[in-house]
Amino acid sequence: MSPTSRFASIRNGEALDFSKIPVVPIEDFRSAILKLAAANHRLCALLCDGKDGRPPGSLLAVLADDIGGKLFLAASQPVTSYPSLTPDLAQAHLFEREIYEGSGIRPDGHPWLKPVRRALADKVAFFSEQGDEVHEVAVGPIHAGIIEPGHFRFQCHGEMVHHLEIQLGYQHRGAERLLREGPPHRSLAVAESICGDTAVAHAWAHCAMREALAGVSPTLRAEALRAIVLEVERLANHIGDLGAISNDIGFLPATAYFGRMRGDFLNMLMTISGNRYGKGMLRPGGVAFDLTAGMRTEILETINRSIRHLREVGGMFFGEPSVISRLEDTGTVSRKICDDLGLVGVCARATGADRDVRQDHPYGLYRFRHIPVVRLDSGDVFARAMVRFLEAQRSLEFLGDAVDHLPEGSATSPCAAPAANRLAVALVEGWRGEVCHIAKTGRDGSYDWYKVIDPSFHNWMALALALRGGEISDFPLCNKSFNLSYAGHDL
Amino acid sequence: MIEIIKNRIKQGYRTSKFPDEDPGLPERFRGRPVIKPELCAAGCTACIDACPTTAIEKGKKGPLALDLGRCLFCTECTTACPDGAVTFTKDHRLAANSRENLLVTGTEVKLAQSLGDEMRRLFGRSLKLRQVSAGGCSACEAELTALSNVVFDLGRFGIQFVASPRHADGLVITGPVTRNMSEALRIAYEAVPPPRLVIAVGACGISGGPFIGSEDHLGGAASVVPVDLFIPGCPPHPVTILDGLLRFLGRLKEDRVRGHDRSVVPG
Repeated sequence: MSPTSRFASIRNGEALDFSKIPVVPIEDFRSAILKLAAANHRLCALLCDGKDGRPPGSLLAVLADDIGGKLFLAASQPVTSYPSLTPDLAQAHLFEREIYEGSGIRPDGHPWLKPVRRALADKVAFFSEQGDEVHEVAVGPIHAGIIEPGHFRFQCHGEMVHHLEIQLGYQHRGAERLLREGPPHRSLAVAESICGDTAVAHAWAHCAMREALAGVSPTLRAEALRAIVLEVERLANHIGDLGAISNDIGFLPATAYFGRMRGDFLNMLMTISGNRYGKGMLRPGGVAFDLTAGMRTEILETINRSIRHLREVGGMFFGEPSVISRLEDTGTVSRKICDDLGLVGVCARATGADRDVRQDHPYGLYRFRHIPVVRLDSGDVFARAMVRFLEAQRSLEFLGDAVDHLPEGSATSPCAAPAANRLAVALVEGWRGEVCHIAKTGRDGSYDWYKVIDPSFHNWMALALALRGGEISDFPLCNKSFNLSYAGHDL
Repeated sequence: MIEIIKNRIKQGYRTSKFPDEDPGLPERFRGRPVIKPELCAAGCTACIDACPTTAIEKGKKGPLALDLGRCLFCTECTTACPDGAVTFTKDHRLAANSRENLLVTGTEVKLAQSLGDEMRRLFGRSLKLRQVSAGGCSACEAELTALSNVVFDLGRFGIQFVASPRHADGLVITGPVTRNMSEALRIAYEAVPPPRLVIAVGACGISGGPFIGSEDHLGGAASVVPVDLFIPGCPPHPVTILDGLLRFLGRLKEDRVRGHDRSVVPG
């Protein structure tokens, strides 16, 4: 029997009748996931149904075949507890903690069943190390700069970090509940505010899912405009991150120049959509704003200028030996950790993984216009910075091409109401990595549940592991090189 | 080293001329909304029904009132209105001293008043602020960070974001104030030596914004601490924040910004 026979299969941005998803006993569900994971499939999502968080409940898994471009779905029969997947599949660790926190379904044998977003209210203890000259450093939730809140607890021996525990949850606003139960005409605004620097990617995932549930497709022009704003969002953030990294190592000329260039792309989003973060640009069925001829000329000029500026400033930054020596071999994440934890996005590609939703599960314009995947294999801060620098250049080339060859037609089309009893999955490669929205509709077409997985959810643990054996003074630099979202994780 | 110097020369001088000159915002920028109730058809509720955050209501004074504190500056109301009664202008000035002054009922503007003489003497030329994100999505935080870049260069006005609340004259709060952050926010506020200022930035920080109705937050900064200045937006443009701060400190002697309706009614 093939390992995929217990699964229903769809492609990114498709919906299926919920009844088509095989419901199997929990033992079979568990072993089928492990078999598929052993065959290089990645756990995109693991969640449980039910609104009120009382067991029993049924589990649902989505596994991605990144080579075949398919998504495999299976559901378990209702359970109140089950043998945890985490000891055999580390990718499941945070999903299982989330399931236990939200539903009370207990993954027996989970090594660290701490709540994800409620640990503060419940006053759950931190992992702590005992021994001579071992000391503990606590930082946060409020940090020294303008940054979102989170708590970091280090177990150190002198300068060396033995263990870092990252406690999040401070940003929990109840986004999924609002998406599920809030007024339907608010959903898009909530999706855009899950993580403000990724507003376009989350809005796209939300819209793609809504369109899949309604069985409609946006026009080619709308798809092109979406890809344009997504790449502008990527450019603003990648270039901003390079500036932040240079700030943290005290190389201030690059901070100033990258910081100013980041503004050029935020302003480009404002020229197109009226908002520096692209909020209000997308809507189910298409986009709210089209490009005028004047805007196209203006954008192409900015792109050409930015290609030159990025090369100059990037050349100055990466050409400085003291910069390279500070970035190399700092905060290294191995390829094995990447595969074990199922990392996504820049962090995964910096360890050599060939993983990019735009290539693996192409959607919208990326089905027709390909964008090369950038990979480095050293897994350190240098690799994460260099991947950003190279990806920014690829995005500029893509952008110039897309703006130059904008398809004719309307930028928007009507989007019908979601059909009943359907489930849809939408993946979008945001600048941090894979943004995933999954929802299931009930008998009246309203959401039974709505799940959001920001790339940060997969990647936070990698930051904790990157610090092990390193110096505590490297933490700010490592943190910047990941630049994960607190709000996207906490929802 | 020679590369660094060459780059420095190429980069040139990039600081914005604002507030001495118009900020030059693009055509589609959505600033202060205006309502023209005389254009409303009788019994029409299209904008009220379309607004995602119930920012528009039938007001007591006029037929319609738009609460800038809840407004996301999306285009749902302007798209829904068949008569053009709600429109966004390019006016970036939005900050106000009280929630009531954030209510837009027509074309009249009630902008923030400056601090009293004693507070201006203390903070007018040097204001240190501590930023606390309490559930912010990072868009408002990013715009506050942008204020310190070479374009907006907040430091030239004597305003600076500092690392500790004990070094600060006030807090800048973003986010709807999640339950999980409320205690930390209270502690940070207590740590700021009085007299202290509180500035709420963004729709979330003022009202809960897109998250209004969720039980996981308290509905904005004013639910925990007294707020002296409200700066609306989702997120507010850096120029809007800068305008609010300078107005508050009495640093904008006259309304130098050209190209807008200049009718300013004291708030």
